[in-house]
Amino acid sequence: MTTILALLPFRPVDGVIALPAIAALLLAALPGRRRSAAINVVASFLTFLLATTLLVERPAPGDYVFVDDLNVVFVVLGTFVGFTTSIFSASYIAHEIDAGKLSPGQLRFYHGMYQALAFAMNLGLLADNIGLMWVAVELATLTTVLMVGIYRTHDALEAAWKYFILGSVGIALALFGTILVYMAAQPAIGEGEKAMVWTVLVAEASKFNPELLNVAFVFLMLGYGTKVGLAPLHAWLPDAHAEGPTPISAVLSGLLLNVALYALLRFKMLLAANPQTVAPGPLMVTLGLLSLIFAGFMLYRRRDIKRLFAYSSIEHMGLVTFAFGMGGPLANFAGLLHMTMHSLTKSAIFFAVGQIAQAKGTQRLSEIRGLTQSHPMLGWSLVVGVAAIAGLPPLGIFMSEFLIVSSTFARAPLLAIPLVFGLLVAFGALVLRLTDVAFGEPEGPSAPVDASYLPMVAHLVLVLTAGLWLPAPLVAWFQHVARMLG
Amino acid sequence: MGRFALDLAHMLAGGMVLVSFMLLYQNRMFGLLNVFALHAVVLSASVAWQAHVQAAPHLYVTAAIALLLKAIVIPVALRRMVIRLGIHRSIETVGGIGLTMLMGIALVALSMMVMLQAAAEADPLAREDVALALSVILLGLLMMVTRYNAVSQIVGFMSLENGLILAAAGAKGMPLVVEISVAFSVLVAFIVIGVFLFRIRERFDSVDTHALDDYREGRQ
Repeated sequence: MTTILALLPFRPVDGVIALPAIAALLLAALPGRRRSAAINVVASFLTFLLATTLLVERPAPGDYVFVDDLNVVFVVLGTFVGFTTSIFSASYIAHEIDAGKLSPGQLRFYHGMYQALAFAMNLGLLADNIGLMWVAVELATLTTVLMVGIYRTHDALEAAWKYFILGSVGIALALFGTILVYMAAQPAIGEGEKAMVWTVLVAEASKFNPELLNVAFVFLMLGYGTKVGLAPLHAWLPDAHAEGPTPISAVLSGLLLNVALYALLRFKMLLAANPQTVAPGPLMVTLGLLSLIFAGFMLYRRRDIKRLFAYSSIEHMGLVTFAFGMGGPLANFAGLLHMTMHSLTKSAIFFAVGQIAQAKGTQRLSEIRGLTQSHPMLGWSLVVGVAAIAGLPPLGIFMSEFLIVSSTFARAPLLAIPLVFGLLVAFGALVLRLTDVAFGEPEGPSAPVDASYLPMVAHLVLVLTAGLWLPAPLVAWFQHVARMLG
Repeated sequence: MGRFALDLAHMLAGGMVLVSFMLLYQNRMFGLLNVFALHAVVLSASVAWQAHVQAAPHLYVTAAIALLLKAIVIPVALRRMVIRLGIHRSIETVGGIGLTMLMGIALVALSMMVMLQAAAEADPLAREDVALALSVILLGLLMMVTRYNAVSQIVGFMSLENGLILAAAGAKGMPLVVEISVAFSVLVAFIVIGVFLFRIRERFDSVDTHALDDYREGRQ
């Protein structure tokens, strides 16, 4: 393996960042729908392959890019979901073109933006410079804003506008927090580039001014928290998921929320390295619980199927933030596992939902009935996906939720009450909606679907396997990362 | 040099807070754009002065970008857009001007209390700068939430970005990479917004985001 890697003319880590950028330029220039979709899939697959090599061999940390045990988890997960989504995207987009919803120009734009988004996310995850990380998250925000507005309907524009305004405010607050971190670091490290390099920052953090770090974290929490979709800063998320193309909903839920969460975790580690700062945990626990319970109740009143699952993403990101806020090896392990399982499950659900919406010609929940009869494959996949996301055994999310709840019971039993309450509320809503959509008599128009089930089934099989049996090396790896997170 | 440098930096940054307040009570579209241009001019002067005091020539670039882009190009472009869309009527605000001003004063007091205490050990120049910058940022946010109109929301957002550049310039020796990216992001943001404005106009004959909300409630 290492000998093969030595033959490459570039470092794999540079490839993970550069390949999507090159593909983005190429796709923006080339016409032709089949070829574009194929290039998109191939580029995503190669990026994923390069990302997996980072598990084996990683470069020495530089001033701009570095790989450690934490971000490699995010990168491999991210490039994998990016790859499977590109397969789903190919069939989804073919249908949209046949239906006349996208023009060839928009298609080029869409594929270019897809790879640009992959570039921004990989850059953000691998950045060793907090300024660069911020730029990458901003770029990811701008590309997704443009993709959400791509259908140019009234609702799509409104969603894109709302996302743009809230996302920009969030990103602005995060930049202010980044500047404050630099100000705190500058007396200890000295002026210039070094005071923004994450590996240097974390090594010297104990010498920083703790009060400035505290204020900085509040801004970073609000700023990147907006991008994670934490209540009360979540308002952009349901609209952006509902109005954009479904592959983008899958990428938003499965990847972009994780990137923002990753940024937050990095700064949490920075604060943890300075013993005089306030603990960032309680702030994360509070916002996480608030998101969980709020989203749980909001699930009951949804009329749009994509909006329903968008609120479910808010719920699960709240849960993950809660777990990381609790901290400690067990809760961090559970948080990491939950984040992975949620990415896989939620993107699988969006793959199913995208095909359902195309088959039924609507996203309204009241017009979708009896899917297990009219479209058995789609219907049953959705049933499995929703069972997974609601936390039913033996699927993967059951295990991570169980770990989060049991570690909370052991350490702060009072917090476990609202936690379990929120989970039950969300569970009820999802089961209620699922029985309407999946069972009973089929209703309304329905077209046959000509789509690839492979990405959806692959994700669900992974989630099921993880629920039954986690490979020992993976467990050891996650445990190691959990200890790193403190 | 020492005392005078501090006083002038203080005055210019304070001037930005003052102009932010002026933005809050503008009730005409053209007035709003003119005051925003003034905001950018004061920002440019402030950054240029920081460049001089810190002997950091790259900050002159940031100052020049602010002057050229935000004081001239963007206001002119927005003015043309406003004329073309025919929306140079008065601006609707949420709550009254008086209430907004009071909230603005409270926000400035809050940012002073937080930042002056948190950065107590930092260099006085940077400390005052970042405290005033936070005031500008919060006033920009306040403006965004108290206006229905899309153009005034953009102006609020850009004044918020001006506050960020002020903070970045005040943090001694912050790498150029970030400043250019900030300037760049404004440009990109502007293009995005511009595109959206035209599309909104194309289809719905209104850039009032309130109208969008009404539409959605009707649908639900």
